[in-house]
Amino acid sequence: MYGWTGIILRVNLTTGEIKKEPTNLQDAKLFIGARGLASKILTDEIDPKIDPLSAENKLIFAPGPLSGTMAPSMGRYDVVCKAPLTGLLAASNSGGSFGPEIKFAGYDLVIVEGAAKKPVYLWINDDNVEIRDASEIWGKNVPDTTEALRAATDEDAKVACIGPAGEKKVLFASIMNEMHRAAGRSGVGAVMGSKNLKAVVVVGTKPIAVADPEAFEKAVMVARKKITEHPVGGTGLRVYGTDVLTNILNSVGSLPTRNFHEGYFPNADKFGGESLTAKYLTRPRGCFSCIISCGRATKVTNPKYAGEGEGPEYETAWGFGSDCGIDNMDAVVKANFICNELGLDTITMATTIACAMDLYESGFITGKDTGGLAVKFGDADTMLKLVEMTANREGFGDQLAEGSFRLATRYGHPEYSMSAKKQEMPAYDPRGIQGIGLHYATSNRGGCHVRGYTISPEVLGVPFKVDQHATEGKPQLVITFQNLTAALDSTGSCLFTTFGIGAEELAALLSAVTGVTYTVDDFMKAGDRIWNLERLFGLKSAITGKDDRLPDRMSKEPIPAGPSKGEISHLDKMLPEYYTLRGWDSKGVPTPEKLHDLSLA
Amino acid sequence: MAKLIMIHPDKCTGCKNCVVACSYAKEKQFRPAAARVHVYSWEREGISVPMMCQQCNDAPCASVCPTGAMHRVTGSTLIEYDASKCIRCRMCVQACPFGNAVYDSVTDSILKCDTCDDNPSCVAACPVHAIEYVEENVATRSRKKAFAQKFKEAFQEVA
Repeated sequence: MYGWTGIILRVNLTTGEIKKEPTNLQDAKLFIGARGLASKILTDEIDPKIDPLSAENKLIFAPGPLSGTMAPSMGRYDVVCKAPLTGLLAASNSGGSFGPEIKFAGYDLVIVEGAAKKPVYLWINDDNVEIRDASEIWGKNVPDTTEALRAATDEDAKVACIGPAGEKKVLFASIMNEMHRAAGRSGVGAVMGSKNLKAVVVVGTKPIAVADPEAFEKAVMVARKKITEHPVGGTGLRVYGTDVLTNILNSVGSLPTRNFHEGYFPNADKFGGESLTAKYLTRPRGCFSCIISCGRATKVTNPKYAGEGEGPEYETAWGFGSDCGIDNMDAVVKANFICNELGLDTITMATTIACAMDLYESGFITGKDTGGLAVKFGDADTMLKLVEMTANREGFGDQLAEGSFRLATRYGHPEYSMSAKKQEMPAYDPRGIQGIGLHYATSNRGGCHVRGYTISPEVLGVPFKVDQHATEGKPQLVITFQNLTAALDSTGSCLFTTFGIGAEELAALLSAVTGVTYTVDDFMKAGDRIWNLERLFGLKSAITGKDDRLPDRMSKEPIPAGPSKGEISHLDKMLPEYYTLRGWDSKGVPTPEKLHDLSLA
Repeated sequence: MAKLIMIHPDKCTGCKNCVVACSYAKEKQFRPAAARVHVYSWEREGISVPMMCQQCNDAPCASVCPTGAMHRVTGSTLIEYDASKCIRCRMCVQACPFGNAVYDSVTDSILKCDTCDDNPSCVAACPVHAIEYVEENVATRSRKKAFAQKFKEAFQEVA
């Protein structure tokens, strides 16, 4: 077996049964691995209507066929389940070494079913798999959990765990591996908490074999060279981290500010990547097999906000920064540390606080609701307090723990939630950048930037520059990026490799590792297939085509100032063409011909 | 002149490209457990340290070897391992103060760095030059100079 290990580990926490079964290689060819293959298995095995926090939901830890090899920056994995935040499929992607370690232990995927009666953790030591008692570590934060479990198992074990937020089923709780790497979005940590599963601990010593070593070595050299020589992949991300984007997005007037009321923040530089590097960076960090090293080991020395850890990414700096109207970088970095330690998705956490600030300043929430807290834009200390209160579901934090959509709906103003399909939009204003708005509205997991990153051509000019304000050509652009990313995620590759390489190089690596020939067309079609599979699940579980929309604010309130002044989103102009190009009917449902063509019928 | 592998933990990102490159160079597959270099990470502090055979001048592994399997060829800086003479007593594994000689049950042999015939794969794979292969007499020159620069800057501020 090449690339894939050929074995799936299935653990049932209700019965305690542990099984090893063969990977379905026909499905592996069609859906590749990671996000794609795990989604195929989940959608085959669960009823789309189940409660995501019930024992019927399954939680799949899924590296890809390239994970664990020396394909550059391709050691990632996905956590796949039905998401509590959205009711859609969650596939939350994370780096570090945890995904490759699953492969080295001998497994393509780890499927967790049922729910334990008491807190447990899963200990995978190659062939030996145990469900162990976790009552003594329940309640601990992420770093303490990680260290306690290494002491109990193997000092170099890879640990993916939840913090208090996951235990308390905060709807956007993350799963953290190796302390700082997050499978962040959609609430995968809450699903883990609902199963009473505190952690998965892995040690693996087995090999991953390569089908065609000569072709693989060549493909690795090509990919390394292209990524290294690219100014973004090779230099920008290593020197400044992803937060290099703060000043760039502000300069094009598309840095959402104060819960998306504005698109420009004059003090943005205070929390940008240049400031991060100058004042907080200890050293760059890299995930398994990474040649980019965008990870940031950082430290805050100001005693009031002191701490050390990793981050922030751009979207985190933006969320706790301009979206909350805050320019205090010490507090922004600290908020990131707290989210990592307690196990929260930084994007939904920050934007839910921004939504609360907006509701409070508009008078829809008062001190009576918040337990006396004045929740105002720009107040860094209240922001930090709310993060901790949310993770522990304490006071007003218990309401924030449901995310911005449920919060705003509770107070009668769902339009204050800057979300698509109940998941909050990240750091790129869809009024100033048309393509990303179409992507947010159609993304299979709701508001999300990493499944169709049209910012690359629309703002960064990679691989070519298109007009950010134009709508022409955007539906095809969005579809191409969505399909490419679905296939790329499924290999185990990091999205950032696309600053340098594309489908051609990825297909070459995948073919050489697995021995299955993927042409560029095969690869892109796999992406299309995965996208449609996710869409079908969404249509059965939680949405209709009517949910392919953005908050009213995006089409009704023009950006008031800055370089994109006066712009609104023109989603309505783009959506019908998007449906047609996707091979979907006017209600956004894939046609039988399309499904047949993709081998999904 | 002789060369040695020099590590720079201050630059290491913890990516393990050295580990996968080593296991691939030696085995044409990816098995970190079989790599002759390992990277340990301390995540709270964000520090990683690569570890591999130091090719000690007075090498305990060679001193304790009862058959001469672990040995130095006269004039060479390398401690070499001859599997045909090895009786798998694992005395070298016990003796190495760094834990850098390892017994591998899969191949039934002792694994340790042999600098890939003077062309270390780990060095070629490291994306940030945290592992370098340098002349032994000047191995620490750049590190010393980097520190000297800090002194220089401090003095400049005072002056």
